[in-house]
Amino acid sequence: MKINWFTVIAQVINFLILVWLLKKFLYKPVLEAIDAREKKIVARLEDAKKKKDEAKKEQEDFAEKNKQFDAQKKELMDKAIADANVQKDKLMADAKAAVDALQTKQQKSLADMQATLKRDLAQKTQQEVFSISRKVLTDLSSVDLEEQTAKLFISRLEQLTPEEKQAFIDAFKKDTKSVLIQTAFELHKKQQTAIKKAVDEILGKETEFEFKTAPEIISGIELSANGYKLAWSISAYLDSLQSNISATIKHNVAPAPETKKTPGQKPAAIKEQAPDIAAEPEKK
Amino acid sequence: MKLSPDETIFWQHGFVTINLTIVTTWAIMLLLVIGAKLITRKLQTGLRISRWQCVVEMIVTTINEQIKEVGLDNPGKYIGFIGTLFLFIGVSNLCIIFPGYEPPTGSLSTTTALAISVLLAVPFFGIAEGGIGGYLKTYLQPTWIMLPFNLISEITRTLALAVRLFGNIMSGGMIVAILLSISPFIFPVIMNVLGLLTGMVQAYIFSILATVYIAGAVQVKKTK
Repeated sequence: MKINWFTVIAQVINFLILVWLLKKFLYKPVLEAIDAREKKIVARLEDAKKKKDEAKKEQEDFAEKNKQFDAQKKELMDKAIADANVQKDKLMADAKAAVDALQTKQQKSLADMQATLKRDLAQKTQQEVFSISRKVLTDLSSVDLEEQTAKLFISRLEQLTPEEKQAFIDAFKKDTKSVLIQTAFELHKKQQTAIKKAVDEILGKETEFEFKTAPEIISGIELSANGYKLAWSISAYLDSLQSNISATIKHNVAPAPETKKTPGQKPAAIKEQAPDIAAEPEKK
Repeated sequence: MKLSPDETIFWQHGFVTINLTIVTTWAIMLLLVIGAKLITRKLQTGLRISRWQCVVEMIVTTINEQIKEVGLDNPGKYIGFIGTLFLFIGVSNLCIIFPGYEPPTGSLSTTTALAISVLLAVPFFGIAEGGIGGYLKTYLQPTWIMLPFNLISEITRTLALAVRLFGNIMSGGMIVAILLSISPFIFPVIMNVLGLLTGMVQAYIFSILATVYIAGAVQVKKTK
């Protein structure tokens, strides 16, 4: 158990050589490799962090873009809905206008038809009424009635106002040779004389008289000369009445002024007017 | 019975002696250097590394961390010396599993050589860190009265390092040899296992003490 000093020195040298060799072949390369790897890892981590940040940023960008897209979509949808509503309203309004126009036209044609019908009915009724009246009065006419008529004619002549008398005188005075007196039935001499007398009194001179019978007069007397005519007859009354009624019918049956209808009004309103057409002739 | 491999002499010429200790040391040196060269030949810096590289890296980083824990801030500077101490002693002691092998650390000459290396390394690193004046002042700490005690401590701790390692390893080998003559089966194996453990513990103790001594020399300058 002694120390061999040569061995000691040799071992010190050996150890120092080993230190140098291991430093060169082991520690240095290994530590360098570790450092390099650490650097790589750090770089990778930094890269990963950078990428993560970028990804996050991109995600945020996408989220923002999505938000914008949603907003735009909503805006476009709202606009489209609004446009559609406007278009709908316009189409509805057009359709209503068309319906109104059609309705108005229909009403007008209906009113025209109604008016034509009314007029036709009125004319027909008038004609019927007059033909019945004429027939009734013709049936009733007789000589007795003629007498009464003559009397009435005479009293009318006597009752003429001074202006009427003057007009009468002016008409008959001028170059009058004969006065034509038409009756439905032949007058008695007595009646003829009474008429002559009454006329002469008005005219203030004697005039020739020609007496004729004209059954179309129905009942009454017509006095005519030089285009002037003074008459009192049922026919004249009827004619006058007919012309009056015709004028009234024309006036009344003229198309009623159009009533402006609101779009919501029911077409039934037109139907409700229908009974008027039937009722019209009765009112007249 | 030979107590030390020093006694097995292969060649001698006066003072120069080539004994088993030196030859074994060369073999271990060769083993370490070739192994290191082979492993570090294709070191990879990527994330995927070979198994051997992983093992080597683990060893190196562990040594580095140990040095750092003791208090040396720049372990790269000391790992060459301290790491080699650990690896040489460790490998020398681990090889006792080979039959007929006599560890060079079981020779007092080797342990003395290592202890002298530490004795020289302490002022070397101390002077490198704080200059020669700064290093010499450490012997006057805390007061100049402590100078002889500090000097004695330098000598004794070196002696202690040498004898501790030699005693442990030599006794381990000795026990196995004695036990082999008493009970040749099983029991020496258990003692061998204990010897492996002791060998690694001694390698650790030797290198950590060297680190502590170096740190002591370096730290004084820093605390000033």
